Amino acid sequence: MPVTVQLPNVLAKLTDGQRTVEATGDTVGDLVTALSRQFPELEARLRDRRGQPYEFVAFYLNDADIRLNGGFDTAVRDGDELVIVPSVAGG
Amino acid sequence: MTAPRIEAHRLRCRACGADYDAQALAICENCIGPLEPVYSDRRTRPDRATIARRPPSLWRYREWLPLNGEPVYSTETGFTPLIESPSLARTLGAGRLWIKNDSVSHPSLSFKDRVVAVALNAAAALDLDTVGCASTGNLANAVAAQAARAGLPAWVFIPEDLELAKVIGTAVYGARVVRVRGTYDDVNRLCAQVADRNNWGIVNVNLRSYYGEGSKTVAFEIAEQLGWRLPTAVVAPMAGGSLLTKLHKGFREFLADEIVAGGIPRMYGAQAAGCAPIVRLVEKGEGRIEPVVPDTIARSLAIGSPADGGYAARVIRETGGWAAAVSDADIVTGITLLAEHTGVFTETAGGVTVAGARALAMTGRLTAADEVVLCITGNGLKTAEVVQDQIESLPVIAPSLREVSDLLDWAAAPAA
Ligand SMILES: Cc1ncc(COP(=O)(O)O)c(C=O)c1O
Ligand SMILES: [Zn+2]
Repeated sequence: MPVTVQLPNVLAKLTDGQRTVEATGDTVGDLVTALSRQFPELEARLRDRRGQPYEFVAFYLNDADIRLNGGFDTAVRDGDELVIVPSVAGG
Repeated sequence: MTAPRIEAHRLRCRACGADYDAQALAICENCIGPLEPVYSDRRTRPDRATIARRPPSLWRYREWLPLNGEPVYSTETGFTPLIESPSLARTLGAGRLWIKNDSVSHPSLSFKDRVVAVALNAAAALDLDTVGCASTGNLANAVAAQAARAGLPAWVFIPEDLELAKVIGTAVYGARVVRVRGTYDDVNRLCAQVADRNNWGIVNVNLRSYYGEGSKTVAFEIAEQLGWRLPTAVVAPMAGGSLLTKLHKGFREFLADEIVAGGIPRMYGAQAAGCAPIVRLVEKGEGRIEPVVPDTIARSLAIGSPADGGYAARVIRETGGWAAAVSDADIVTGITLLAEHTGVFTETAGGVTVAGARALAMTGRLTAADEVVLCITGNGLKTAEVVQDQIESLPVIAPSLREVSDLLDWAAAPAA
Protein backbone atom coordinates (compact mmCIF):
# COMPACT_ATOMS: atom_id res chain seq x y z
CA MET A 1 0.00 0.00 0.00
CA PRO A 2 1.76 3.20 -1.04
CA VAL A 3 1.87 5.92 1.59
CA THR A 4 3.21 9.44 1.10
CA VAL A 5 6.00 10.33 3.49
CA GLN A 6 6.93 13.97 4.16
CA LEU A 7 10.46 14.49 5.43
CA PRO A 8 11.98 17.56 7.08
CA ASN A 9 14.77 19.37 5.25
CA VAL A 10 17.30 17.98 7.66
CA LEU A 11 16.53 14.45 6.44
CA ALA A 12 16.06 15.28 2.76
CA LYS A 13 19.81 15.34 2.29
CA LEU A 14 19.75 11.60 2.98
CA THR A 15 17.14 11.03 0.25
CA ASP A 16 18.89 12.80 -2.64
CA GLY A 17 17.06 16.00 -1.76
CA GLN A 18 13.56 14.55 -1.93
CA ARG A 19 11.22 15.88 0.75
CA THR A 20 8.29 13.75 -0.36
CA VAL A 21 8.84 10.05 -0.87
CA GLU A 22 6.63 6.98 -1.14
CA ALA A 23 6.79 3.78 0.85
CA THR A 24 4.70 0.64 1.17
CA GLY A 25 3.75 -1.51 4.14
CA ASP A 26 1.03 -2.47 6.62
CA THR A 27 2.36 -0.53 9.61
CA VAL A 28 4.43 2.59 10.23
CA GLY A 29 7.26 0.24 11.20
CA ASP A 30 6.99 -1.43 7.79
CA LEU A 31 7.25 1.96 6.11
CA VAL A 32 10.38 2.73 8.09
CA THR A 33 11.86 -0.62 7.02
CA ALA A 34 11.01 0.11 3.39
CA LEU A 35 12.49 3.62 3.56
CA SER A 36 15.63 2.28 5.21
CA ARG A 37 16.08 -0.17 2.36
CA GLN A 38 15.61 2.57 -0.20
CA PHE A 39 17.79 5.13 1.61
CA PRO A 40 20.19 3.25 3.93
CA GLU A 41 21.57 6.44 5.51
CA LEU A 42 18.09 7.39 6.65
CA GLU A 43 17.63 4.38 8.91
CA ALA A 44 19.62 5.62 11.89
CA ARG A 45 17.58 8.85 11.86
CA LEU A 46 14.26 6.98 11.92
CA ARG A 47 14.83 4.21 14.44
CA ASP A 48 17.32 3.33 17.12
CA ARG A 49 19.13 0.04 17.66
CA ARG A 50 16.26 -1.36 19.69
CA GLY A 51 13.91 -0.72 16.80
CA GLN A 52 12.17 2.17 18.59
CA PRO A 53 11.52 5.55 16.95
CA TYR A 54 14.73 7.63 16.90
CA GLU A 55 14.66 9.96 19.89
CA PHE A 56 14.90 13.24 17.97
CA VAL A 57 12.10 12.70 15.44
CA ALA A 58 8.32 12.38 15.78
CA PHE A 59 5.99 10.57 13.39
CA TYR A 60 2.48 11.74 12.55
CA LEU A 61 0.14 9.50 10.58
CA ASN A 62 -2.66 11.56 9.05
CA ASP A 63 -1.80 14.30 11.59
CA ALA A 64 -1.94 11.97 14.62
CA ASP A 65 1.15 11.32 16.76
CA ILE A 66 1.83 7.58 16.36
CA ARG A 67 2.91 7.34 20.01
CA LEU A 68 -0.76 7.77 20.92
CA ASN A 69 -1.81 4.92 18.62
CA GLY A 70 0.66 2.08 18.99
CA GLY A 71 3.93 3.56 17.75
CA PHE A 72 5.54 1.65 14.92
CA ASP A 73 2.72 -0.93 15.11
CA THR A 74 0.19 1.68 13.97
CA ALA A 75 -1.59 0.33 10.88
CA VAL A 76 -1.43 2.31 7.65
CA ARG A 77 -3.73 2.33 4.66
CA ASP A 78 -3.41 3.18 1.02
CA GLY A 79 -3.28 6.93 0.55
CA ASP A 80 -2.29 7.75 4.14
CA GLU A 81 0.23 10.50 4.81
CA LEU A 82 3.14 10.08 7.21
CA VAL A 83 4.80 13.30 8.35
CA ILE A 84 8.17 13.16 10.09
CA VAL A 85 9.34 16.22 12.02
CA PRO A 86 12.20 16.94 14.41
CA SER A 87 10.87 16.34 17.90
CA VAL A 88 12.85 19.01 19.71
CA ALA A 89 11.12 21.76 17.77
CA GLY A 90 8.54 23.89 19.52
CA GLY A 91 6.96 23.62 22.94
CA MET B 1 18.59 48.99 6.40
CA THR B 2 21.76 49.57 8.36
CA ALA B 3 23.61 46.47 9.48
CA PRO B 4 22.52 45.47 12.97
CA ARG B 5 25.09 46.06 15.67
CA ILE B 6 23.95 42.96 17.47
CA GLU B 7 25.40 39.50 16.89
CA ALA B 8 24.09 36.08 17.81
CA HIS B 9 26.29 33.40 19.33
CA ARG B 10 27.43 30.28 17.56
CA LEU B 11 25.54 27.05 18.23
CA ARG B 12 26.52 23.58 19.37
CA CYS B 13 24.62 20.30 19.40
CA ARG B 14 23.77 19.15 22.89
CA ALA B 15 23.72 15.51 21.76
CA CYS B 16 26.71 15.08 19.40
CA GLY B 17 28.73 18.28 19.90
CA ALA B 18 28.66 19.43 16.25
CA ASP B 19 29.38 23.18 15.85
CA TYR B 20 27.41 25.70 13.82
CA ASP B 21 27.67 29.35 12.84
CA ALA B 22 25.00 31.60 14.30
CA GLN B 23 21.78 30.96 12.39
CA ALA B 24 18.06 30.34 12.70
CA LEU B 25 18.50 26.65 13.34
CA ALA B 26 17.51 24.77 16.49
CA ILE B 27 18.31 21.21 15.47
CA CYS B 28 21.54 19.51 14.50
CA GLU B 29 21.98 18.78 10.78
CA ASN B 30 23.87 15.69 11.78
CA CYS B 31 21.85 13.99 14.55
CA ILE B 32 18.68 16.19 14.81
CA GLY B 33 19.48 16.84 18.49
CA PRO B 34 18.87 20.25 20.08
CA LEU B 35 21.38 23.08 19.52
CA GLU B 36 22.51 25.43 22.26
CA PRO B 37 24.33 28.75 22.06
CA VAL B 38 28.04 28.65 22.82
CA TYR B 39 29.43 31.07 25.41
CA SER B 40 33.11 31.87 25.39
CA ASP B 41 34.88 31.05 28.63
CA ARG B 42 37.05 34.09 28.00
CA ARG B 43 34.23 36.62 27.81
CA THR B 44 34.28 39.21 30.55
CA ARG B 45 31.56 38.92 33.15
CA PRO B 46 30.39 41.82 35.29
CA ASP B 47 30.47 41.67 39.08
CA ARG B 48 27.44 42.18 41.31
CA ALA B 49 27.96 45.92 41.69
CA THR B 50 28.19 46.43 37.94
CA ILE B 51 25.03 44.44 37.34
CA ALA B 52 23.23 46.33 40.08
CA ARG B 53 24.04 49.70 38.47
CA ARG B 54 22.47 48.73 35.16
CA PRO B 55 18.87 49.57 34.17
CA PRO B 56 16.25 47.24 35.69
CA SER B 57 15.62 44.94 32.72
CA LEU B 58 16.70 41.44 31.80
CA TRP B 59 19.51 42.95 29.73
CA ARG B 60 21.44 43.68 32.94
CA TYR B 61 22.48 40.01 32.64
CA ARG B 62 23.40 40.30 28.97
CA GLU B 63 26.73 38.49 29.35
CA TRP B 64 24.70 35.35 30.08
CA LEU B 65 22.45 35.85 27.05
CA PRO B 66 23.39 34.53 23.58
CA LEU B 67 23.92 37.90 21.91
CA ASN B 68 26.78 40.37 21.65
CA GLY B 69 26.21 44.09 21.28
CA GLU B 70 23.31 46.35 22.09
CA PRO B 71 19.80 44.87 22.07
CA VAL B 72 17.62 46.67 19.54
CA TYR B 73 14.17 45.48 20.60
CA SER B 74 12.26 45.04 23.86
CA THR B 75 14.86 46.79 25.95
CA GLU B 76 12.54 47.24 28.97
CA THR B 77 11.47 43.63 29.51
CA GLY B 78 12.32 41.81 32.74
CA PHE B 79 13.12 42.66 36.35
CA THR B 80 9.70 41.84 37.74
CA PRO B 81 9.03 42.00 41.50
CA LEU B 82 10.04 39.30 43.95
CA ILE B 83 7.53 39.46 46.80
CA GLU B 84 7.83 37.74 50.17
CA SER B 85 4.64 36.31 51.66
CA PRO B 86 4.94 35.23 55.29
CA SER B 87 1.26 34.32 55.39
CA LEU B 88 1.45 32.02 52.37
CA ALA B 89 4.63 30.53 53.83
CA ARG B 90 2.71 29.76 57.04
CA THR B 91 -0.23 28.33 55.14
CA LEU B 92 1.99 26.00 53.14
CA GLY B 93 4.35 25.24 56.02
CA ALA B 94 7.47 26.60 54.34
CA GLY B 95 10.11 28.51 56.31
CA ARG B 96 10.10 31.56 54.05
CA LEU B 97 8.35 31.98 50.73
CA TRP B 98 8.56 34.46 47.87
CA ILE B 99 6.72 34.73 44.61
CA LYS B 100 8.50 35.79 41.44
CA ASN B 101 5.77 37.89 39.94
CA ASP B 102 5.90 37.66 36.16
CA SER B 103 2.15 38.27 36.05
CA VAL B 104 3.18 41.93 35.65
CA SER B 105 5.82 41.30 32.99
CA HIS B 106 6.26 44.03 30.38
CA PRO B 107 4.70 44.19 27.85
CA SER B 108 2.35 41.20 27.73
CA LEU B 109 1.96 40.01 31.33
CA SER B 110 3.72 36.65 31.27
CA PHE B 111 7.27 35.29 31.54
CA LYS B 112 7.14 34.61 27.80
CA ASP B 113 8.12 38.26 27.32
CA ARG B 114 11.62 37.23 28.39
CA VAL B 115 12.13 34.52 25.81
CA VAL B 116 10.60 36.65 23.08
CA ALA B 117 12.82 39.64 23.93
CA VAL B 118 15.85 37.43 23.35
CA ALA B 119 14.40 35.75 20.25
CA LEU B 120 13.50 39.03 18.52
CA ASN B 121 16.99 40.36 19.08
CA ALA B 122 18.36 37.11 17.65
CA ALA B 123 16.07 37.67 14.66
CA ALA B 124 17.58 41.15 14.29
CA ALA B 125 21.10 39.75 14.50
CA LEU B 126 20.27 37.14 11.88
CA ASP B 127 18.51 39.63 9.59
CA LEU B 128 15.14 37.88 9.67
CA ASP B 129 12.29 40.17 8.75
CA THR B 130 9.30 38.04 9.75
CA VAL B 131 8.75 36.29 13.06
CA GLY B 132 6.21 33.81 14.35
CA CYS B 133 5.41 31.16 16.92
CA ALA B 134 3.27 28.19 17.85
CA SER B 135 1.64 29.01 21.14
CA THR B 136 -0.63 27.93 23.96
CA GLY B 137 -1.51 31.63 24.37
CA ASN B 138 1.04 33.60 26.35
CA LEU B 139 3.78 33.21 23.79
CA ALA B 140 1.31 34.40 21.15
CA ASN B 141 0.64 37.54 23.21
CA ALA B 142 4.35 38.18 23.72
CA VAL B 143 5.32 37.69 20.08
CA ALA B 144 2.43 39.80 18.79
CA ALA B 145 3.09 42.65 21.22
CA GLN B 146 6.85 42.79 20.85
CA ALA B 147 6.80 42.28 17.06
CA ALA B 148 4.30 45.15 16.74
CA ARG B 149 6.61 47.49 18.59
CA ALA B 150 9.60 46.24 16.62
CA GLY B 151 7.74 46.78 13.36
CA LEU B 152 8.12 43.14 12.35
CA PRO B 153 5.30 41.18 10.71
CA ALA B 154 4.31 38.22 12.90
CA TRP B 155 2.57 34.94 12.11
CA VAL B 156 1.06 33.42 15.22
CA PHE B 157 -0.39 29.91 15.26
CA ILE B 158 -2.67 28.94 18.17
CA PRO B 159 -5.24 26.25 18.96
CA GLU B 160 -8.63 27.52 17.81
CA ASP B 161 -10.31 27.29 21.23
CA LEU B 162 -7.95 29.23 23.52
CA GLU B 163 -9.27 31.59 26.19
CA LEU B 164 -10.85 34.74 24.75
CA ALA B 165 -8.34 37.12 26.35
CA LYS B 166 -5.42 35.20 24.89
CA VAL B 167 -6.86 35.34 21.38
CA ILE B 168 -7.86 39.02 21.60
CA GLY B 169 -4.56 39.83 23.32
CA THR B 170 -2.80 38.55 20.21
CA ALA B 171 -5.05 39.88 17.45
CA VAL B 172 -5.16 43.44 18.82
CA TYR B 173 -1.52 44.05 17.89
CA GLY B 174 -2.21 43.39 14.23
CA ALA B 175 -0.45 40.03 14.13
CA ARG B 176 -1.46 37.45 11.53
CA VAL B 177 -3.25 35.11 13.92
CA VAL B 178 -3.99 31.65 12.59
CA ARG B 179 -6.40 29.56 14.67
CA VAL B 180 -5.81 25.88 14.08
CA ARG B 181 -8.43 23.20 14.66
CA GLY B 182 -6.47 20.96 16.97
CA THR B 183 -4.39 20.81 20.12
CA TYR B 184 -1.18 22.73 20.77
CA ASP B 185 0.74 19.64 19.74
CA ASP B 186 -0.95 19.77 16.33
CA VAL B 187 -0.12 23.47 16.04
CA ASN B 188 3.47 22.81 17.00
CA ARG B 189 3.90 20.06 14.43
CA LEU B 190 2.41 22.33 11.77
CA CYS B 191 4.85 25.11 12.71
CA ALA B 192 7.79 22.75 12.47
CA GLN B 193 6.68 22.11 8.89
CA VAL B 194 6.12 25.81 8.22
CA ALA B 195 9.57 26.71 9.59
CA ASP B 196 11.08 24.18 7.20
CA ARG B 197 9.68 26.05 4.21
CA ASN B 198 10.07 29.72 5.10
CA ASN B 199 12.87 31.98 6.06
CA TRP B 200 10.94 33.17 9.11
CA GLY B 201 12.16 33.37 12.64
CA ILE B 202 9.71 31.13 14.45
CA VAL B 203 10.75 31.92 17.97
CA ASN B 204 10.09 28.53 19.56
CA VAL B 205 11.02 26.46 16.51
CA ASN B 206 14.06 27.58 14.52
CA LEU B 207 15.03 30.36 16.98
CA ARG B 208 14.49 28.05 19.94
CA SER B 209 18.18 27.78 20.88
CA TYR B 210 18.33 31.54 21.45
CA TYR B 211 14.80 31.95 22.77
CA GLY B 212 15.12 29.44 25.61
CA GLU B 213 18.05 31.31 27.13
CA GLY B 214 15.73 34.20 28.02
CA SER B 215 14.16 32.07 30.76
CA LYS B 216 17.47 31.98 32.63
CA THR B 217 16.88 35.62 33.57
CA VAL B 218 14.14 34.51 36.01
CA ALA B 219 16.87 32.67 37.93
CA PHE B 220 19.29 35.62 37.75
CA GLU B 221 16.66 38.02 39.06
CA ILE B 222 15.68 35.68 41.91
CA ALA B 223 19.33 35.48 42.95
CA GLU B 224 19.86 39.25 42.83
CA GLN B 225 16.55 40.13 44.49
CA LEU B 226 17.22 37.73 47.36
CA GLY B 227 20.38 39.72 48.02
CA TRP B 228 22.76 37.70 45.83
CA ARG B 229 21.95 34.27 47.16
CA LEU B 230 19.85 31.29 46.11
CA PRO B 231 16.70 29.83 47.63
CA THR B 232 16.69 26.21 48.77
CA ALA B 233 13.77 25.27 46.53
CA VAL B 234 12.01 26.63 43.45
CA VAL B 235 8.59 25.59 42.14
CA ALA B 236 7.84 26.22 38.46
CA PRO B 237 4.96 25.31 36.16
CA MET B 238 5.83 23.07 33.24
CA ALA B 239 4.45 22.87 29.72
CA GLY B 240 7.27 22.09 27.30
CA GLY B 241 9.67 21.91 30.24
CA SER B 242 11.93 24.70 28.97
CA LEU B 243 11.41 27.21 31.80
CA LEU B 244 12.35 24.73 34.52
CA THR B 245 15.38 23.49 32.61
CA LYS B 246 16.62 27.04 31.98
CA LEU B 247 16.00 28.19 35.55
CA HIS B 248 18.36 25.46 36.62
CA LYS B 249 20.88 26.44 33.95
CA GLY B 250 20.72 30.04 35.18
CA PHE B 251 21.37 29.08 38.81
CA ARG B 252 24.25 26.86 37.71
CA GLU B 253 25.83 29.65 35.67
CA PHE B 254 25.63 32.14 38.53
CA LEU B 255 27.27 29.59 40.82
CA ALA B 256 29.98 28.73 38.28
CA ASP B 257 30.76 32.42 37.73
CA GLU B 258 30.77 33.04 41.49
CA ILE B 259 28.04 35.64 41.34
CA VAL B 260 26.42 33.65 44.16
CA ALA B 261 27.69 30.91 46.45
CA GLY B 262 26.04 27.85 47.93
CA GLY B 263 24.06 24.92 46.66
CA ILE B 264 21.78 24.58 43.67
CA PRO B 265 18.11 24.89 44.66
CA ARG B 266 15.96 21.77 44.55
CA MET B 267 13.87 22.15 41.42
CA TYR B 268 10.17 21.28 41.65
CA GLY B 269 7.85 21.13 38.64
CA ALA B 270 4.07 21.34 38.58
CA GLN B 271 1.57 20.33 35.92
CA ALA B 272 -2.18 19.92 35.68
CA ALA B 273 -3.33 16.34 36.26
CA GLY B 274 -5.05 16.50 32.85
CA CYS B 275 -1.69 17.04 31.16
CA ALA B 276 1.17 15.70 33.27
CA PRO B 277 3.60 13.81 31.01
CA ILE B 278 6.65 15.31 32.73
CA VAL B 279 5.34 14.54 36.24
CA ARG B 280 4.74 10.96 35.13
CA LEU B 281 8.28 10.66 33.82
CA VAL B 282 9.69 12.00 37.12
CA GLU B 283 7.61 9.41 38.99
CA LYS B 284 8.68 6.65 36.64
CA GLY B 285 12.32 7.61 37.08
CA GLU B 286 13.62 6.61 33.66
CA GLY B 287 12.70 6.17 30.04
CA ARG B 288 11.05 8.58 27.66
CA ILE B 289 8.15 11.00 27.77
CA GLU B 290 4.86 9.29 26.98
CA PRO B 291 2.70 11.85 25.19
CA VAL B 292 -0.86 12.53 26.33
CA VAL B 293 -3.90 14.29 24.90
CA PRO B 294 -4.35 17.27 27.26
CA ASP B 295 -7.62 17.84 29.12
CA THR B 296 -7.34 20.69 31.64
CA ILE B 297 -8.36 24.28 32.30
CA ALA B 298 -4.63 25.14 32.37
CA ARG B 299 -4.54 25.78 28.65
CA SER B 300 -1.19 27.57 28.78
CA LEU B 301 0.40 24.36 30.07
CA ALA B 302 -1.49 21.98 27.77
CA ILE B 303 1.42 20.47 25.87
CA GLY B 304 0.96 16.72 25.57
CA SER B 305 4.33 16.11 23.96
CA PRO B 306 6.81 18.37 25.78
CA ALA B 307 9.99 19.06 23.78
CA ASP B 308 12.16 19.52 26.88
CA GLY B 309 10.27 17.07 29.07
CA GLY B 310 13.12 14.60 29.33
CA TYR B 311 15.61 17.32 30.29
CA ALA B 312 13.20 18.82 32.83
CA ALA B 313 12.60 15.44 34.49
CA ARG B 314 16.32 14.86 34.75
CA VAL B 315 16.98 18.27 36.33
CA ILE B 316 14.21 17.65 38.85
CA ARG B 317 15.66 14.31 39.90
CA GLU B 318 19.29 15.44 39.89
CA THR B 319 18.64 18.42 42.15
CA GLY B 320 16.67 16.37 44.65
CA GLY B 321 13.37 17.96 43.71
CA TRP B 322 10.11 16.35 42.70
CA ALA B 323 7.00 16.98 40.61
CA ALA B 324 3.30 17.32 41.36
CA ALA B 325 0.16 17.00 39.26
CA VAL B 326 -2.88 18.94 40.47
CA SER B 327 -6.58 18.74 39.64
CA ASP B 328 -8.48 21.53 37.91
CA ALA B 329 -10.33 22.24 41.17
CA ASP B 330 -7.00 22.59 42.96
CA ILE B 331 -5.78 24.98 40.27
CA VAL B 332 -8.71 27.29 41.01
CA THR B 333 -7.98 27.00 44.73
CA GLY B 334 -4.35 27.86 43.99
CA ILE B 335 -5.40 31.01 42.14
CA THR B 336 -7.64 32.22 44.97
CA LEU B 337 -5.10 31.25 47.63
CA LEU B 338 -2.45 33.38 45.96
CA ALA B 339 -4.83 36.29 45.41
CA GLU B 340 -5.99 36.30 49.03
CA HIS B 341 -2.52 35.95 50.53
CA THR B 342 -0.41 38.13 48.25
CA GLY B 343 -2.73 40.41 46.29
CA VAL B 344 -1.53 38.87 43.05
CA PHE B 345 -4.05 37.53 40.55
CA THR B 346 -2.45 34.82 38.46
CA GLU B 347 -3.70 32.72 35.59
CA THR B 348 -4.19 28.96 35.59
CA ALA B 349 -0.44 28.27 35.24
CA GLY B 350 0.18 30.20 38.47
CA GLY B 351 -2.66 28.26 40.07
CA VAL B 352 -0.84 25.07 39.08
CA THR B 353 2.34 26.36 40.74
CA VAL B 354 0.62 27.31 44.00
CA ALA B 355 -1.44 24.11 44.14
CA GLY B 356 1.66 22.11 43.25
CA ALA B 357 3.61 23.78 46.07
CA ARG B 358 0.80 22.98 48.46
CA ALA B 359 0.77 19.33 47.39
CA LEU B 360 4.56 19.13 47.73
CA ALA B 361 4.40 20.71 51.19
CA MET B 362 1.68 18.31 52.29
CA THR B 363 3.81 15.33 51.31
CA GLY B 364 6.78 16.76 53.22
CA ARG B 365 8.85 17.76 50.20
CA LEU B 366 8.84 21.43 51.19
CA THR B 367 9.47 22.04 54.87
CA ALA B 368 9.94 24.72 57.53
CA ALA B 369 13.66 24.60 56.76
CA ASP B 370 13.02 25.80 53.22
CA GLU B 371 13.28 29.17 51.54
CA VAL B 372 11.00 28.65 48.57
CA VAL B 373 10.39 30.73 45.45
CA LEU B 374 7.19 30.12 43.49
CA CYS B 375 7.34 31.15 39.82
CA ILE B 376 4.12 32.99 39.05
CA THR B 377 4.41 33.16 35.31
CA GLY B 378 1.17 34.66 34.02
CA ASN B 379 -1.70 37.05 34.70
CA GLY B 380 -5.14 36.12 36.04
CA LEU B 381 -7.09 38.51 33.84
CA LYS B 382 -6.17 36.34 30.86
CA THR B 383 -8.00 33.30 32.25
CA ALA B 384 -10.67 35.08 34.30
CA GLU B 385 -13.33 32.61 33.18
CA VAL B 386 -12.02 29.90 35.52
CA VAL B 387 -12.91 32.00 38.58
CA GLN B 388 -16.03 33.53 37.10
CA ASP B 389 -18.39 31.90 39.60
CA GLN B 390 -16.83 34.12 42.27
CA ILE B 391 -19.16 36.88 41.09
CA GLU B 392 -22.32 34.83 41.54
CA SER B 393 -22.33 35.23 45.31
CA LEU B 394 -21.85 39.00 45.20
CA PRO B 395 -24.77 41.17 46.37
CA VAL B 396 -26.50 43.45 43.87
CA ILE B 397 -28.37 46.36 45.46
CA ALA B 398 -30.24 49.55 44.66
CA PRO B 399 -28.19 52.74 45.12
CA SER B 400 -29.69 53.16 48.57
CA LEU B 401 -27.92 53.60 51.88
CA ARG B 402 -30.51 51.43 53.62
CA GLU B 403 -29.60 48.49 51.44
CA VAL B 404 -25.95 49.00 52.34
CA SER B 405 -26.91 49.05 56.04
CA ASP B 406 -28.85 45.83 55.55
CA LEU B 407 -25.76 44.32 54.00
CA LEU B 408 -23.61 45.44 56.90
CA ASP B 409 -26.15 44.04 59.40
CA TRP B 410 -26.19 40.85 57.45
CA ALA B 411 -22.43 40.71 57.31
CA ALA B 412 -22.16 41.38 61.05
CA ALA B 413 -24.80 38.80 61.97
CA PRO B 414 -23.51 35.48 63.23
CA ALA B 415 -23.58 32.81 60.57
CA ALA B 416 -26.87 30.90 60.59
C1 LIG C 1 2.13 31.22 31.97
C2 LIG C 1 3.02 30.10 31.58
N1 LIG C 1 3.76 29.53 32.53
C3 LIG C 1 4.57 28.50 32.27
C4 LIG C 1 4.69 27.96 31.00
C5 LIG C 1 5.59 26.77 30.80
O1 LIG C 1 6.69 27.01 30.06
P1 LIG C 1 7.56 25.85 29.40
O2 LIG C 1 6.88 25.50 28.11
O3 LIG C 1 8.86 26.51 29.21
O4 LIG C 1 7.60 24.68 30.33
C6 LIG C 1 3.95 28.54 29.97
C7 LIG C 1 4.08 28.00 28.60
O5 LIG C 1 3.43 28.28 27.67
C8 LIG C 1 3.09 29.62 30.27
O6 LIG C 1 2.35 30.21 29.32
ZN1 LIG D 1 24.07 16.56 16.82
